[in-house]
Amino acid sequence: MTKNGEKLFIKGNEAISRGAIAAGLKCYFGYPITPQNDIPEYMSAALPAAGGEFVQAESEVAAANMLIGAAACGVRSMTSSSSPGISLKQEAISYLAGSELPTVIVNMNRGGPGLGDIGPSQGDYFQSVKGGGHGDYRTLVLAPGTCQEAYDLVIQAFDLAFKYRNPVMILGDAILGQMKEPVITWTPEEKDENEGHGWRIVGAKDRPGRILKSLHLSEGALAKHNLMLKEKYEDMASFTQKEEYQTEDADLIIVAYGSIGRIVKSTIKKLRNEGHKVGLFRPITLYPFPSDDLKKLAEQGKKFLTIEHNLGQMVEDVRLSIRTISDSDFFGFYPGNLPTPDDFEEPILKALGGK
Amino acid sequence: MSEQEKLVFDRADALVDVPTHYCPGCQHGVAQRLAGELLTEMGLTENTLLVTSIGCSVFLYNYLKVDSVEAPHGRAPAVATGVKRARPDKFVLSYQGDGDLASIGMAEIMHCANRGENVSIIFVNNTVYGMTGGQMAPTTLIGQKTTTSPAGRNASKEGLPIRMSEIIGQLGGTAYSARVALNNVKNIRKAKKAMKKAFEVQQKELGFGFIEVLATCPTNWRMDALKANERIENELIPYFPLGVYKDLTAEVED
Repeated sequence: MTKNGEKLFIKGNEAISRGAIAAGLKCYFGYPITPQNDIPEYMSAALPAAGGEFVQAESEVAAANMLIGAAACGVRSMTSSSSPGISLKQEAISYLAGSELPTVIVNMNRGGPGLGDIGPSQGDYFQSVKGGGHGDYRTLVLAPGTCQEAYDLVIQAFDLAFKYRNPVMILGDAILGQMKEPVITWTPEEKDENEGHGWRIVGAKDRPGRILKSLHLSEGALAKHNLMLKEKYEDMASFTQKEEYQTEDADLIIVAYGSIGRIVKSTIKKLRNEGHKVGLFRPITLYPFPSDDLKKLAEQGKKFLTIEHNLGQMVEDVRLSIRTISDSDFFGFYPGNLPTPDDFEEPILKALGGK
Repeated sequence: MSEQEKLVFDRADALVDVPTHYCPGCQHGVAQRLAGELLTEMGLTENTLLVTSIGCSVFLYNYLKVDSVEAPHGRAPAVATGVKRARPDKFVLSYQGDGDLASIGMAEIMHCANRGENVSIIFVNNTVYGMTGGQMAPTTLIGQKTTTSPAGRNASKEGLPIRMSEIIGQLGGTAYSARVALNNVKNIRKAKKAMKKAFEVQQKELGFGFIEVLATCPTNWRMDALKANERIENELIPYFPLGVYKDLTAEVED
């Protein structure tokens, strides 16, 4: 068990595992895939020791569907995987969203498409924030940039999942999963033992049976259900998180998330020392996207450069956020290589000088 | 009720008093009535968490007075695993058709059984995909005409019908596996006894309980209810022999 206030030197994968157990995780279902294997490995010993259930499922598909069962019971449940595995889980994620079941799904993004590689990538941005599976739905997406933030956000993810009765995704990458950093542990206050009371399946005593489902066949029922989901997603939009670093006097704002946001920060520090007015805007919630905060910066006349470890995905949300005022340049560092702060210097200088 | 009158049949408490959506002559209703009677007789209703799957049987949640969760196509055994691991104190029942369980859900059923999950699964085998309009199932008999095997199932191209009870009976985690039919009163009575065993092994935490129910689908078999019943006897049972394929309770009693 993780003690409170302990300073540990651990990988992001372990930070997520420990954070989840601290948050009261009861059921974890997983399947081996690099670069997230530390999570099921850690869980297989630590979760039963903490009184929970670990199942190595027969497939990614089954692991995600086990979530449906556990989430329906109102217990805290989680799975983790990496890109190809997350694709396989999309069926269940759609059902979880449609049936309004709270759970946490961790994606340690690796290179794609297809089998890609096992290195870091941000190629799953679209899949994560635009739904991913079939139908109209959204998952809340949290993108930690450090191991500490991974620990903190996974705890928050469970609260959000139950607040909105919705799946929450933690979107990391191979860098975050495999990097070791100091993490200070903490345990949230005792959670409500009756979490899920009122909707969870528990046995129909002195009341009609409860049905947790996504099928709505009677005329108008699905439209009503989708409208209700839409209102929920609009309600979620009030919950955004971001980090701003030296944006106040900046002429150019770099928008970057997760590990890339962090690497860009190093570039910005260097360029600041050289007198360039550059700042970082790092979205922590990718869905809902912190559009209003970006818009405020745009209104101040700042220029934007979005940097991603992909061919250009989040940049679309950046442009949507500031579309009536400004635009964003884009620099894509292609998955298959590991970026260093130096790699971002030239595109940032170019964006500073341009326009 | 006067002294001369004697109640000989009543709706079990676990069954909701509504007409089912099933076609005339379909035996889903009979299988579900047996399940409802057993839940009532065994005092399990309030403690039951039901997993329904995709196909004609998805609406089972409207017919049993229990809490339920709907599983994606074929995934009921995985969903049931999640339910049982979260609430090991509850009675977990799942109900699947043959397209659902023996085709798209083959991996889930095999591993759920092999892990010996303490859940009970009712498997209704009517040799077709019912809800989608009578397409070929993994259990469709050789020569049987369906909407996707219009010339009849051909073993050289489509393989032989899968016998699930035998396969499930071979797995280490299975506590009980049996095949029953609902084509006459005698078989219905036997079916209920077997279903009871599939429920009891879960209560005793002996492992996975599996019961395959041969059932009619007159609509998609393109025949009337009586002919469909005859087909169970003359065509299905010879290929899918009724019987018990594994019973850990028998070994325990020895």
